[in-house]
Amino acid sequence: MSPLRYLLTRLALAPPTLLGVAIIAFVVLRVVPGDPIAMMTPPGAIEADVARLRALYGLDRDILTQFAIWIGAVPQGDFGTSISLRADVLGLVAHALPATIELCLMAILIAILAGGSLAVLGAWRRGAVEAAIDAAIAVVQAIPDFLWALILVLAAVLLAGTVDLPISMRVDPRLELDNATRFLLAEHLLRGRFDVVADLLAHIVLPAAALALPLTAVIARVLKASLVEAMAQDYVLMARVKGHSRAAIILGHALRNALVPTVTLTGVQFTFLVGGTVLVEKIFSYPGIGWLAIDAVINRDLPLIQGLVLTFAALFILVNLLVDLSYALLNPRLRHG
Amino acid sequence: MLAVEALVMEIGRGARAERVLRGVSLTLEPGEVVGLVGESGAGKSMIGRVVLGVAPPAARVVSGSVRFFGEDLLAISERRRRALLGAEIALIPQDPMSALNPVLRIERQITDVMRLHLGLGRRAGRARALELLEAVRVANPARVLRQYPHELSGGMRQRVLIAIAFACRPKLIIADEPTTALDVTVQRQVLRLMRDMQRSAGSGVLFISHDLGVVAKLCNRVSVMHAGRVVESGPVADVVERPQHPYTRALLAATPRYDRPAEALVPVPAELSRRLWDEARALDGR
Repeated sequence: MSPLRYLLTRLALAPPTLLGVAIIAFVVLRVVPGDPIAMMTPPGAIEADVARLRALYGLDRDILTQFAIWIGAVPQGDFGTSISLRADVLGLVAHALPATIELCLMAILIAILAGGSLAVLGAWRRGAVEAAIDAAIAVVQAIPDFLWALILVLAAVLLAGTVDLPISMRVDPRLELDNATRFLLAEHLLRGRFDVVADLLAHIVLPAAALALPLTAVIARVLKASLVEAMAQDYVLMARVKGHSRAAIILGHALRNALVPTVTLTGVQFTFLVGGTVLVEKIFSYPGIGWLAIDAVINRDLPLIQGLVLTFAALFILVNLLVDLSYALLNPRLRHG
Repeated sequence: MLAVEALVMEIGRGARAERVLRGVSLTLEPGEVVGLVGESGAGKSMIGRVVLGVAPPAARVVSGSVRFFGEDLLAISERRRRALLGAEIALIPQDPMSALNPVLRIERQITDVMRLHLGLGRRAGRARALELLEAVRVANPARVLRQYPHELSGGMRQRVLIAIAFACRPKLIIADEPTTALDVTVQRQVLRLMRDMQRSAGSGVLFISHDLGVVAKLCNRVSVMHAGRVVESGPVADVVERPQHPYTRALLAATPRYDRPAEALVPVPAELSRRLWDEARALDGR
C-alpha cells in the first residue's frame, strides 16, 4: 500500500473509532454510580428542585434519547455545557489542550534525548558502565509517573534556595502576556520573548520530567538491546573493516536499524504518557486537559468528561498514526512493500 | 607483504579454552592470490578475522605473529588499525545478504570508505562509485546507487561488496568464502570478476574457501587446513596434481569436477578425520 493511501485509510477509520469511544464513554458514565445533580446541590435540597435540575440537563430522559441529543449536537461543534464549570465544553477543552500538548511534547523530547543517550552510552561502553545504566533503568522504570511527580515536588522543595523551580501553574501570573494562542511556549519562542520562554520552561520541566522518566527507561532499555543486537550484525562488521570509528558505527550504521523496534514501543508508551497527564497535571496544578479531567470526574461532570474522553481518544489515534508513518521513514523495506 | 608466523589462538579462558589455531604459518606477496582451504571448523575464517583485527572478543592469541609489511598487526593501536582497514586491507564477506546495511542506500555504502580514507567529496565519491559499479559489471549503475540492498539480488549485492573492497585499491583483500552463498551460475561470474579486479588493482588476495575446485582455478598457491593446522601448502598445480598429505587427497576426492562427472564423490573418511584431530590435540601439550 502506498503511504498516501495508507494515510487516507487510517484517517477514514478515525471517525468510526471516535464514535465507538463516544458510545462506550456515554454508557459507562451513566451506568457507574454517581450523580452530577447530587454533587451540585446541597444536602437536604428540595426534591422538586432536584427534579427540575434533572429535567434541565435532560438527565430524566432514557439513555438512548440522551445520547441522540448529545451526538446530534456534536457535528455543529456543540459538545454540551460543563455542569460544574457552567461553560462550553469545547471552549474549555480548546483552552486547556494546548497546555497538555506542549507538556507531552516536552516530555517525549526529554525521554528521547535522555533514553537515547543512555542507550548509546550503554552500547558503547559495555561492562561496568552498562551494568550501572541497566540498574538505573530498572529503578526508574519501576516508579510510575505520578510517584515521580511527588518525588520531584519534594526534591524541588528541598533544593529551594539553590535551584528554584516552580511546582505549580504553567506560567508566572505576574508576567505580562499578550498571547494570541494557548500554545504559550511555541508562541513566545517564535516571538522571541525569551523571558517568558524561560519562565514557561521552568514551570514545564518538572511535570515533563515526571512524565518522561518511565518512558526514558523504556526507550533506554529497548534501544540499547536493539543496538547491541545490531552491533553483532554482518553489516556492522563490514563497517568496522572499512575503518570506521566505534562512534561512527553506532550512530551511522547501527542506530537507524535499532530504531524501528524502539519507535514501536515508544509509540505505545507515548499513549500511556498522555494518560499520565491526568494525575501529573493535578499534582503540579498544570492547567491542561488532565487537570480538567480530575475535577470533571470528581464532580461527575458528564458532558465535560465525554468531551475529554473524546479528546484523549483523538490524541491516541493521532499518536499511533504518527508512529506508523515514522516506520516508513525509518525502514526502506516498508516503503516499497 | 603478509606473514602469519606460528599463530596459536584459543577461544575461551582457562581449562575450558579451546584451541582454534595450532601454529599456523603462511605468507602472501603483493599481487598474489593464496587459497586457504579446509572444512568448517578448520580455523580458516579465524585467520582472516585476526588479520583484520575483528576476531570475536572471546578469542585470544596465545603465541605467534601477524605482520603486514613488517608491521605487527597484533600490536598496532586501534587508530592505526582503522587507518589500515578499508584503505590497505579490505574484506569481501561471505554472506552478501547480510553484509550490506539494510537502511542505507548503496551509494553511501560504497562512498563512505572512500570519503573516509581518500578524502573524496560527495561528487567525486559518486563519480568513483559509478566507475566501480561499471568495473564490477553492474547494469545501470546510476540506478543501483540510489537503491537499497533489499532491491538487489544476491549476485548484485556481492558485486557491490567487491566494488567496496576494491574502492581504495587495497594491497590485501581477505575474501572469506565470497561465493559460498551464491548459486552456481552466479558463482562463476563473481569468481571471474574477482580475478579481473584483482589483476587490474594488483591487490594480493587471501582466498578462504572450502571448495578446492574454486581455489584451483583462482589461486597461485594454496594452504590446506585441518583442525587449526596447515597440513599441506604449495603452488596450486603441485598440491592438486600431486597431493602429499592424505587429507588433501581425501579433500580432492570429495571435490566435484566438471571433467569427471561420472566419478562418485568420496567423503573424507571418518577414520582419517579422527586421526588428524587426535594428532592436532596432541600438539596442544595438555
